[in-house]
Amino acid sequence: MADTQNNSVAFVATEVIPESPPPARETGVVKWMRENLFSSIPNGILTILSLYVIYLVLAAILPWIFNGVWTTSSLAECREVLQGKTGACFSVLTERWNQLIYGFKYPVEEYWRPNLAFVLLLVAIAPVLFFDLPRKLLMFTAVYPFVAFWLIWGGTIMAPIVAFLGVAAGGIVFQKFGKSTFAVGFFGGILAAFVVWAIGGALIPEGASENALLPAVPSRDLGGFMLNLMLGVTCVSLSIPLGIALALGRQSDMPLIKGICVVFIEFVRGVPLITLLFVASVMLAYFFPPDSTVDLFLRVVIMITMFSAAYIAEVIRGGLAALPKGQYEAADSLGLDYPQAMRLIILPQALKISIPGIVNVAVGLFKDTTLVSVISMFDLVGMIRGPVLASTEWNGVYWELLGFAAFLFFVVCYGISQYSQWLERRLATGHK
Amino acid sequence: MKKSVVFGALTVAGLAAGAAAAGTLDDVKARGKLNCGVTTGLVGFAAPDANGEWKGFDVGVCRAVAGAVLGDPTAVEFVPTTGKTRFTALASGEIDMLARNTTWTFSRDVDLKFTFVGVNYYDGQGFMVPKELGVSSAKELDGATVCIQTGTTTELNLADFFRSNNISYEPVPIETNAEAQQQYLAGACDVYTTDASGLAATRATFEDPSAHVLLPEIISKEPLGPLVRHGDDNWGDVVRWSLNALITAEELGVTSANIAEMAAGTNNPEVNRLLGSEGTLGEMLGLSADWAKNAIMAGGNYGELFEGNIGEATPIGLARGLNAQWTDGGLIYSPPFR
Repeated sequence: MADTQNNSVAFVATEVIPESPPPARETGVVKWMRENLFSSIPNGILTILSLYVIYLVLAAILPWIFNGVWTTSSLAECREVLQGKTGACFSVLTERWNQLIYGFKYPVEEYWRPNLAFVLLLVAIAPVLFFDLPRKLLMFTAVYPFVAFWLIWGGTIMAPIVAFLGVAAGGIVFQKFGKSTFAVGFFGGILAAFVVWAIGGALIPEGASENALLPAVPSRDLGGFMLNLMLGVTCVSLSIPLGIALALGRQSDMPLIKGICVVFIEFVRGVPLITLLFVASVMLAYFFPPDSTVDLFLRVVIMITMFSAAYIAEVIRGGLAALPKGQYEAADSLGLDYPQAMRLIILPQALKISIPGIVNVAVGLFKDTTLVSVISMFDLVGMIRGPVLASTEWNGVYWELLGFAAFLFFVVCYGISQYSQWLERRLATGHK
Repeated sequence: MKKSVVFGALTVAGLAAGAAAAGTLDDVKARGKLNCGVTTGLVGFAAPDANGEWKGFDVGVCRAVAGAVLGDPTAVEFVPTTGKTRFTALASGEIDMLARNTTWTFSRDVDLKFTFVGVNYYDGQGFMVPKELGVSSAKELDGATVCIQTGTTTELNLADFFRSNNISYEPVPIETNAEAQQQYLAGACDVYTTDASGLAATRATFEDPSAHVLLPEIISKEPLGPLVRHGDDNWGDVVRWSLNALITAEELGVTSANIAEMAAGTNNPEVNRLLGSEGTLGEMLGLSADWAKNAIMAGGNYGELFEGNIGEATPIGLARGLNAQWTDGGLIYSPPFR
């Protein structure tokens, strides 16, 4: 029996058959294509059709882009260079670049100011968006609005300093009294801020802006994509807190507060944004004497903020309604008062649910900032429709300009959307 | 008590507005700047160039008025207005005058309470067709498809024209000039109709402008001119005669090139009165004696403004046509400086 191993039966293989490659149709690209593109005859036909359509689109667009002319100084010259070939006239973007980004009146030698403000914006917004960053950075975020105001509008440095001191005084008062009685802290804070502003405003000497470190730039001179970004950032950051307040107010048991919030939300939501903008730019001028009127930029910011705050309030109300009643009761049973319950228990959950809705409103709001072009503010679209297309050199260039505008807006809106998806993943706690 | 507060506030606001409206000329002088309403951008008439400087035919009128009143053609704050905001901007006092290719009509003059001080461009609705269509008159357009902007007077004028000539057409409604341009070039319509100056500007942007012709028929009257608020005749006079000074200067052969020489005095008394070396016309308006000289030096006389911004040497290439001096068979005519 000892030789059973050696005297194996002739037809039994003694060694392992070497691995052979998998069949060609079950591996690599071929397998992927069989499974995803040609899994059945109808799918195969659809694939071929789609490839043909993609080819058609690219065949039309790619030569247009790659033949593009970048250096001429008018549309006629573009056509001369192209000699009848297909090709884009991107020269309009290079020649009018500054106008498209900053508007046509912002002083050229001051372009570094909005640039710096933009870079600082990224620094200031980072700790708000990514809460893994050190919390101390938030101190810069608190100062940033005043720095940005000073950089972009220029003028006397006293104005933003007084504004900042007012807000700081309000914050201190709120910290001191808000712990014991919320109302005292809240209204006391507002009062303190106004007192500081009034005293500070009286202290700023007349004509301080005349020979300030940074020359003053009036709001009318702002324009281009800078204006869209400024309106977008300001209005989104103002309308989220306002929207939260409105949503909570609408849920309140106090009839006066509830009434005000409901009327505000329903009224603003029932009116088109463009109507509000017309009111801001045209109607309000009737109510102020000539030469003394509220800044147009501020009027527009107020209107857009009101508009988006009403929408965000409804989104957040949805989030609040989605919370089980037990959460409210749990907060009460812990002995938390209303501000504490909201801050610690309710809002963190409700806001998390509301993220997609809030982002939706924010993206919409950012795109809506182009509506200011109808009240003769020269945002990116206003610049394109007005001055650039009305110049004798560039009249007739549409695809390049509007494509550029679409590209800029896409970059920003896609960025916002990606961030919100990251935020949802980051905040996912597993229980639905 | 609340009511009285509201009424009080209204009265104060009314008084303030009234006080401001009473002396626009003084306001402008005190401010040192003329607030002039222009369009947000119309080829040849008003648009900022690559350096942000406003240029154009309407802009020239603003600069002339600023020259006449303040002696400095750059002392203008251009306030861009859209078709929707222009009248409220003027009525509310945000701007001192409006030079924004605005058609002088009865209701704007009477009902909206504005004063049109003159006409700086006689426009009218025209037709553009591709040359290969072989059409030489709008009356041959029976059965044509016409690109037309909806909701404008051009739409009504078109219907009237075709009905009175007993021919039919098929409208292709479009929203903006940009859209019209694309539709027309793509062959969606045989004819494009809008104001003749707009047609010329549009044609100038085509790859091959010579393949399209403007038909000779002009089917509506669109006199475009600067306007001011009702109720301040003194200011209206200033704007009116600044415009007239430009027109008269062309008629008398005063150009920005020879004005310095002529201002020293010539043997033509009307030139002398115009340029202030004789008479007291400036004083009567409440301006300096060389007001008209400053107005003309701002951008040249009427003809120079026309040729420099929209004339045949520019890409827009408008012929003088109706806008020639009356001595050349046009309608441009200024009352005498006397």
